Order: sequence, then structure tokens, then C-alpha cells
Amino acid sequence: MLLEILQELHPEIDYAAHTTLIDDRVIDSYDIIFLVGEIANKLDVEIPADELTPENFNSYASLAALVERLG
Amino acid sequence: MINILEYLEATVTRFPDKPAFIGERGALTFKQLYDKARAAGSFLSERGIYKKPVAVFMEKGADMVAAFFGAVYGGCYYVPLDAEMPVYRIKQILEAVNLSLVIYDDFSQKLLSERGFPCEAVHSAHIAAHPVNDAVHSAHIAGHPVNDAALQTIRQNAIDTDPLYVVFTSGSTGIPKGVTACHRSVIDYIENLSEVLEVGADTVFGNQSPLYLDACLKELIPTLKFGACTYFIPKSLFMFPVKLIEYINEHKINTICWVASALGLVAGLGALNKITPHTLRTVAFGSEVFAVKHLNQWREAVPEARFIHLYGPTETTGMSLYYKVDREFGEKESVPIGRPFTNTGVLLLDENGNAPPDGQTGEICIRGTCLCLGYYNDPERTSAAFVQNPRSPFADPIYKTGDLGYRGADGNYYFVARKDHQIKHMGYRIELTEIEWVAARLPGVQMACAVFDGEASRIVLYYMAEEGTQKTAVQAGLKDELPRYMQPHAVIALDSLPQTPGGKIDRVKLLAMYKEERKS
Repeated sequence: MLLEILQELHPEIDYAAHTTLIDDRVIDSYDIIFLVGEIANKLDVEIPADELTPENFNSYASLAALVERLG
Repeated sequence: MINILEYLEATVTRFPDKPAFIGERGALTFKQLYDKARAAGSFLSERGIYKKPVAVFMEKGADMVAAFFGAVYGGCYYVPLDAEMPVYRIKQILEAVNLSLVIYDDFSQKLLSERGFPCEAVHSAHIAAHPVNDAVHSAHIAGHPVNDAALQTIRQNAIDTDPLYVVFTSGSTGIPKGVTACHRSVIDYIENLSEVLEVGADTVFGNQSPLYLDACLKELIPTLKFGACTYFIPKSLFMFPVKLIEYINEHKINTICWVASALGLVAGLGALNKITPHTLRTVAFGSEVFAVKHLNQWREAVPEARFIHLYGPTETTGMSLYYKVDREFGEKESVPIGRPFTNTGVLLLDENGNAPPDGQTGEICIRGTCLCLGYYNDPERTSAAFVQNPRSPFADPIYKTGDLGYRGADGNYYFVARKDHQIKHMGYRIELTEIEWVAARLPGVQMACAVFDGEASRIVLYYMAEEGTQKTAVQAGLKDELPRYMQPHAVIALDSLPQTPGGKIDRVKLLAMYKEERKS
């Protein structure tokens, strides 16, 4: 489900391989708002502000781990 | 006072060694800024570039500001370019301004070559219809010997209606408009804005807006005038609001003038519950509607700070009206845009050029010294937007904003809606028709219509295309062509686009379709 949300955002990105989504500016502030909203709506997981860090959003794996931890 | 450089020249004698502008890549004191700008002015003068547009394409930061004022020392005016701009926009600007010079740096050089604009090619004729004569690295200019006599002569011949800059905004036909503003308008704006924001030598600005819009005047020029200080906040911090507030606190930033969506993001993502930006004392917001819920969260978090709503189009130089938030607002209320700055006039006109009855809606029109010099090299669109006040028996130019508003019983003006298809999204002014223009140029696309779902803050593009046109190709084309902030959040192919009885594309129906789809 998380992967689907990410793919809706950037269909051209291979999320399995990409580990520098923030560093390479693939994901920007517009996307963060969208992601936080979609993760809350579709996965029922609220991401608190202090978990919004470059590390947590740099890859699909790190974001999935965050969602898992908070869920 | 005739020229904005007079602010810098008064301040450099008072605070030569105080940092003026601080960015990720370094800082400049007032003396360093002064020296760099004068070196650049001398360089321009030696090359015979005078009263010409000078493009500045550099990484956002102190050196870019020095290049702006360098152009002004040379008796020229600056045209900011930015890496956020799509390739077609940069081409359009190069074509529109008949450029004399591009000042670039390592950052933009790389970007120019990556995008097929090696800097050597910038001065060859094939990019633009008008040849760009020269491109020069900013580091080369900075070391140029200062020619005092030349700079003095340039200044003696300056008048306050000389242009200061040309900034480009989205145009409804796909061709951007080069809003050209003069020194007098900027001085008028800064004098009155500074009073409202209560700027002083101890002001520390935290800048959010890009340097290629007029929005950055709020920080740049008062910094010169008062010997204040501006931090260029790294853009990436706006993704991580707790870190953003840590940055504000660390640098003791006390004044921010941000687009409402940036403030909304901080509140909306819950950062204010985690950390307080306790150094803030002035929070100005504008460029779009600020959700009252977020405003209330901010006011609760920093109750000591002043909150000021700013309103104004680029065409009237920065901001034109302001409202100091002085009471609690309910979530269903709208925050007024307030009253005009000193020396700015506002009037409402109905479709027949009459004043609507009290409390009724009309088009917001603005008059005064703030009116810009019009659109660069574009008399047609200039004369459509800048018109004679129909109620004046003397020459009295007004700018028709295209915004509808009314004057409340409390004496404040209120914004209601746009007359056309212009939207404000993440603080950017966007013509939906420009997105359609770009989409319709993509291979296979026959017709396109962009709508904006304000509640969800999403741009949606509907299109119809020839058989066999891949949606992924359309999406990829849009990504290439449009700047980030204009990119549709959803791209939807239809066999045909619904039409109104008059034969126009039915935007209302498309928007309703999208909202329906989102619910299900």
C-alpha cells in the first residue's frame, strides 16, 4: 500500500533501488505533505513532526520501517 | 531619494562589518556586498553595458544579491533566472528581454550545460531569437577594479523611474509576462512596508521566497535600509518543519515573511506542538489564503509575535494592502486583506467601471506610485491591465488585479475570488491555461484542461489525445516542461472533454468529476 502511494507520486522512480530520495530532491516539500496525508488516510498512521527527517524519507525501506514502527 | 543603492551606501558607513546576507554557501558583510556590487558595476560600465537588462542566473545566496546590485551600479536592471524554471521558460525569457549579459556561477553553469544550454551557447544566437552577447562568471566580475568616476557618472544620470528589475510571472497564453518595476515604486513600497513590519537594525529576517520573484524585496531592501540581516533558509528545511524551527531559533530569526502555505505546512505537520520558534516577533504571511486553523495554531504557539496579512500583485510592486491580526478568527471566517499601505490607493470597480454599492463585490484596482512600469516589451498586455481610472477626469492609471473583493463594514477589504483561471498554489501564482498550453504541445495531445481542487490543494489535468498516446509519455513530458510547483498531481485521459453550451471546455464539470472521484 505504501509503495502504491509512492508510485502514484512518482511513477518513474524505482523505489526498490533508490535510497537518496531526499538528497536527490526526488521528494520535495509538496510531496511530504501529500505523503503524510495519504499515510494518515490510507494506512491510518500519523507521522509526528519530529519523525519528519531526511533519514526517514530517503528510501522506501526507511519510510516503510517508520510506518511499521508507528503503526 | 532616487536610487535604492542609497540605502546600501548609508548603511555601509554605519555597519561595514556586519553580515548582511547569509546563505548556505557563505555570507557577505555590507562592505563586502558594497565592494562586490561596485566591482560588477564597473565591469558593466567598461563593457559599455548601460541601461540594459542583465540576467542573473546563480545559486540562491548572498552572491546573487551582490550581482543584482552590481547590475544597478552599472546603471542596468536585473532579470533573475532560476534553476526551478523549466527550459522553455528560460528560453522565453531570453527571447523576451534581448539580453546583454548573463551573470552565472558554477552552479548554474552546470545546470545550463545539463539542460543543453552550455554557457558558450548562451551567447550564440541559436537559443534565442535575439542573440545574447555575452556570458560571464560572477567570480570574474567580483575581482574587477572599481572605477569610481564611471560609477559616479552613472548615478548622476539616474532617475527614480529607471527600472530596477524585470521578474517574469505566468501568463495565461503560455507566454510569461516580464513585470518591470522602477526604483521609485520599490522605495515607496519599502518605506511603508518597513513601518508596518517594524523593521530596525536588530531585525533578523528568515527568507523563504525565491530570489526570482518580487517577494524577496521584503527582506533584501529593508536589510540595506536598516543594516538588518537576512538568512536565506535552505529550501530543504521546509520539508522538515522541526528542523526548520530549530534553524530559526539557532539563528535568532525574529522576522519572517512567508507564503501562507509554508506557515501552513509547519502547523499542519504538527511541528508547533513539538518546538516553539520563540525568537519570532513578526510573522507576515500572504500570497494566498491562509487557513484560519493554521493561523490560530501559530498565534497560540507564539502569542508575543505580531501577525500581519499582506496582499498585493507583482504588478503593484510587492504588497499593497496589509492587515494586522488583532483578534481571534473563527474557522469559517476569512482574514481580511485589510487596508492599503500609506501612499497606495484602492478602488473597486464593477463590470461597467462603476463603484459597486457598499459591501458589494467588485474588481480590486490599485493606483499610486506602486504601479510598475508595465510588462517588458509588451504594450498590448500592458494596456489591457493598466488602464485609466474611469472615474477620474485626469491622467490616473490604475492596475486591474483580476481579484474580486469587497469592503467590509469594518473598513477592511476582503478577497473573494479570481476573475479568471489564475490560482495560487504553494504561494506561486499560476495560470492554469499555461499548464494547458504546455500539455497541448506534447506529442499526441489534442486538448487539455487543468482544474484546481482548492480543498485538496491539487492541480488536475484532463486531456484527450490521439489513439496510442501513452499516459506515461504525457506525464513524463509534463515533468520535463513544467516547473515543480505547476505540475499536476493527477493526469487523467478522457475520450472527450465536456463542453459548456457555449462550446467552451466545462471546467466546473471537470472539477466536480474530480471531486466525485476522490470521494469514492
